[in-house]
Amino acid sequence: MLSLTPEQLMLAALVIPYIAAVLIPLCWRVPNIREGVTLVAAVALATVVWNLYPHVIDGARPEIVGFSVAPGLDFAFKVEPLGLLFGLVASTLWVVNSVYSIGYMRGNNEPRQTQFYVCFAVALGATIALAFSKNLFTLFIFYELLTLSTYPLVTHKATPDAFKAGRVYLFMLVGTSMVLLLPAIIATWVFAGTLDFTPGGIFADKVSPVLMGGLLVLFIFGIGKAALMPGHFWLPAAMVAPTPVSALLHAVAVVKAGVFTVLKVIVFIFGIETLAEAGTGAWLLWAASFTVLTASIIALRQDNLKKRLAYSTVSQLSYIVLAAAILTPISAIGAAMHIAGHAVAKITLFFAAGSIYTAAHKTEISELNGIGWKMPWTMTAFAVGSLAMIGLPPTAGFFGKWFMLSAASTTQDWLVIAVIVLSTVLNACYFLPIIIRAFFREPEKVVAGHAVGAQYAGHNDDHGEAPWPIVVALTVTASMTVLLFFFPSVPFNLAQLMVAG
Amino acid sequence: MIDLQPHLPILQVVIPLLGSLLTAFIRRGTLSWLVTLIVTWTLPFIAVALFLQVQAAGAPIYYKLGNWEAPFGIVYKVDVLSAFMLCLVSGAAAVIMPFARKSVASEIDSHQQSWYYTMYLLCLAGLLGIIITNDAFNAFVFLEVSSLSTYVLIALGRHRRALVASYQYLIMGTIGATLYIIGVGLLYLLTGSLNFDDIAARLTSDLVWPLEPLLAALAFIFVGLSLKLALFPLHVWLPNAYAYAPSFATVFLAGTATKVAIYLLVRVMFEVFGVALTFDRLPVAEILIVLSVAAMFIASFSAVFEDNAKRMLAYSSVAQIGYITLGIGLFNQAGLTGAFAHVANHAVMKTALFLALGAAFYRIGSVRFSDLEGIGRRMPLTMGALVIAGIGLMGTPGTAGFISKWYLAMGALEAGSWLLVFLIVASSLISVIYVGKLVEVMWLRAPSPAAAEAKEAPLSMLVPLLLLAAATIYLGFDTRLTVDIGNQIATLLLGGLK
Amino acid sequence: MMEALQKFATHYNYFVTIFLMVAGLYIVIARGNMIKKLVGLSLFQTSVYLLYLSPGKIVGGTAPIYDGAYQVYANPLPHVLMLTAIVVGVATIALGLALAVRINEAYGTVEEDEIFSKDGEI
Repeated sequence: MLSLTPEQLMLAALVIPYIAAVLIPLCWRVPNIREGVTLVAAVALATVVWNLYPHVIDGARPEIVGFSVAPGLDFAFKVEPLGLLFGLVASTLWVVNSVYSIGYMRGNNEPRQTQFYVCFAVALGATIALAFSKNLFTLFIFYELLTLSTYPLVTHKATPDAFKAGRVYLFMLVGTSMVLLLPAIIATWVFAGTLDFTPGGIFADKVSPVLMGGLLVLFIFGIGKAALMPGHFWLPAAMVAPTPVSALLHAVAVVKAGVFTVLKVIVFIFGIETLAEAGTGAWLLWAASFTVLTASIIALRQDNLKKRLAYSTVSQLSYIVLAAAILTPISAIGAAMHIAGHAVAKITLFFAAGSIYTAAHKTEISELNGIGWKMPWTMTAFAVGSLAMIGLPPTAGFFGKWFMLSAASTTQDWLVIAVIVLSTVLNACYFLPIIIRAFFREPEKVVAGHAVGAQYAGHNDDHGEAPWPIVVALTVTASMTVLLFFFPSVPFNLAQLMVAG
Repeated sequence: MIDLQPHLPILQVVIPLLGSLLTAFIRRGTLSWLVTLIVTWTLPFIAVALFLQVQAAGAPIYYKLGNWEAPFGIVYKVDVLSAFMLCLVSGAAAVIMPFARKSVASEIDSHQQSWYYTMYLLCLAGLLGIIITNDAFNAFVFLEVSSLSTYVLIALGRHRRALVASYQYLIMGTIGATLYIIGVGLLYLLTGSLNFDDIAARLTSDLVWPLEPLLAALAFIFVGLSLKLALFPLHVWLPNAYAYAPSFATVFLAGTATKVAIYLLVRVMFEVFGVALTFDRLPVAEILIVLSVAAMFIASFSAVFEDNAKRMLAYSSVAQIGYITLGIGLFNQAGLTGAFAHVANHAVMKTALFLALGAAFYRIGSVRFSDLEGIGRRMPLTMGALVIAGIGLMGTPGTAGFISKWYLAMGALEAGSWLLVFLIVASSLISVIYVGKLVEVMWLRAPSPAAAEAKEAPLSMLVPLLLLAAATIYLGFDTRLTVDIGNQIATLLLGGLK
Repeated sequence: MMEALQKFATHYNYFVTIFLMVAGLYIVIARGNMIKKLVGLSLFQTSVYLLYLSPGKIVGGTAPIYDGAYQVYANPLPHVLMLTAIVVGVATIALGLALAVRINEAYGTVEEDEIFSKDGEI
């Protein structure tokens, strides 16, 4: 335990990533020290955030008010349970991901590693600040910073494909946030007179149901990071980035920032009860259901492993939106649980994909025959992650679906139940074949010119596991996926506190 | 020793005028630069002193030239609005001076450098004069002083196109100024006065004025000044003038020249004619809003398809002027606040952007995209600052541009127009495209042969640039300098509503 | 009809002003030769002198000399203003012509379309 006040811890959490971002370029000549900075920062950040946990459980809600940008428009931070949960997930996984990054970036001899680590630290800093934001205004600042700081990571490979993806990424994320989210925030400010996240929402008696429905549209589609269709194109595009980026940012930090914002807006701006009474939020159930199913179907047809994972993410994110849209406290708990559960599981899957790429230079699912025996750790971890995606015990993915189903059955939302059941089947359909392929198919024989779809002439089937940092990282996250099933108390407690207000 | 305190308003104009005289007699460029530096670094102090004086007094300061009483002699008037503009223009002129020495030395023939600084100081004196004077005809004279020297500043660009650009600007600018003076003439024939306050007082007196000549005067002044401030579609002179002018001229003009024309238009519209006459009798608001929106979109699209970075930013300027005029066209508290906040914010960001391009031009002698490829890694600080200013231009939260956009959108909501809110945010989306293009070309592509040779810009160029980049961020959080003052200006201007 | 004619007759100076104004502006827009454009511009500016000066004329008025012999004075202010405007106009035309000379040196022509064809549309 650090003997710091919650406010000090909070300040430390907000500042540590940026200190790292300054120190990393100063040490660019000595890669070992440079990576050391990242690791130390990640561990320090995780320690600090975990130290906040007992305080928050005890009821502390530390606040830092920076300054007023305009009267009533504060640059301010406040730790509340949902934000802390998100902060815990992001900071903990940053530690694992840093280990993994080092293995991956060195294993693949990636260029511009200094820039990579700097942007990564800034992105993490933005994530933590976003999680701890006290009001929509502060959140919006870091929402955009997150987009901008991840843009160099998406275009890291500097190929024409990467540029194209970068343009899609920037245009879709900045575009939706500017054109839809910003007007929504300004309108909220004008109508409600405040942007503070308030338990129970700030719209009651101030905004008519119709306008509330309109604002909800703006908010939901404006938060492009939540990847609700048709605003999801940026996510598959972002897969050109190096795998550590896809793993931590495009499976955890960025996309979870999106659904986190959705949750925050629904719970603390609209207010669950206010929105349920207004009745103009019902369309969200349909939109989310549509995305869950459509994204799963698209995922089925992807042969590129990372693309399939990306569409799976799109689908899983909409679970969370769906859970929030049921508009009951239990479903909100489910949403929060799924943020944690999906994070550890999806990062495991991406780690595995990157591990395969590093060791075997393979990117397509059709090339993976028999790879399970060569890379047992990787593929076992992949299997664990897959189970979590499907929502089977004993993995973390189980709880989210469980709470959603129980909430849906109390509100008798048959649509939701049907969607969850159907999508579970679809999840199984696109994950299980990979595992079957990896473990129960004979590897293709090496013949001259066989490498259809292989991008590297030097690739052969004579490989073992990936470098050890990668294996360690994915083993840790896979274990976390399982452990979170047996010890769900941390996310559960925080989720309960969030709903309790 | 005379007490200078009451003479500060006239010093604001006289010092650069004398300075220009002095530099005209100096042969050596560096010495001229030093004189100019001293002059321009004195002015912001005077401007700030005036501003504080106005704030303390809570009422405008009047300065009677030659002690002639108001409607007969020329009177200078410093109120919140003009003090704000004085600070802005003199501040911009001072900040960029360190950049001038090497940039001018590399782009202007040595025997012309002194003249160049003479023109710069004349231009500055003209702009400050427009701001501070309370006399319609005096404003015209200052307008022409600044314009004529601007034409020279532009014509000295390296490329022969600079001559044509300057010539075209001369034609357009003279037409604009002449239209303005025609409008003033009509006003004078009608009211018999040239003093802004006096005209306003006479117009609001009990006398019944014939409406048609009054509206004709307003229309002439509106169109004339729209030419000077490059309101779409009267902006055609601007892209070439900015693109082919020497770097230093562009840097200076981008932040100040059009803003001063906007200021003069606002003065005439709100203070002389008054809100009631301007906006009720003529569809000025509608015209302004439609043209502003057109500027925001069409000029932004033109920017996207440019392959010359300076021209791209020039088109972006036209679009950004659209934001300002949009806020003026809304004529409500939030809209005007946003407009004047953006006058300052845009000056900061655009000056930074052009400074960065000027530094690049100093190193590689070109601002075409094909030559700028990959320059980011060779000049990381310069281009890093450029990225920050560019992000500000996009209106990203946490930067100055966001604050302007916030208030403009609030003004649109106040006016009850969701459509305008969406148009404002949608047009800033186009700026994402061209800023993104700039970033992609400079940072992500492999260095071009020209860029591969480049080194980081010299310190004298870096310091003002980094200062302005920092200001872009700072003004995104601390809005006392922009929004609070903008608010005061809006209250002042709308005071005529009653 | 009579009324309109009367109006025209009493306000003929304005019509001359407007004619000069429009003619000057037309030349600026319609001519491609840079010298001719400047001539048009000069004409356009000249109309302003007329606009200011002609109403300043009072029939029977004299220069404002303070003397008991004279009762009616013409307003001197427009004349002073136009003196300034003439100076500005001369400076503008001089600068414009100087630019035209430099353009001629650089391009070998002062015809706008030829210049554009040499440099591409700018």
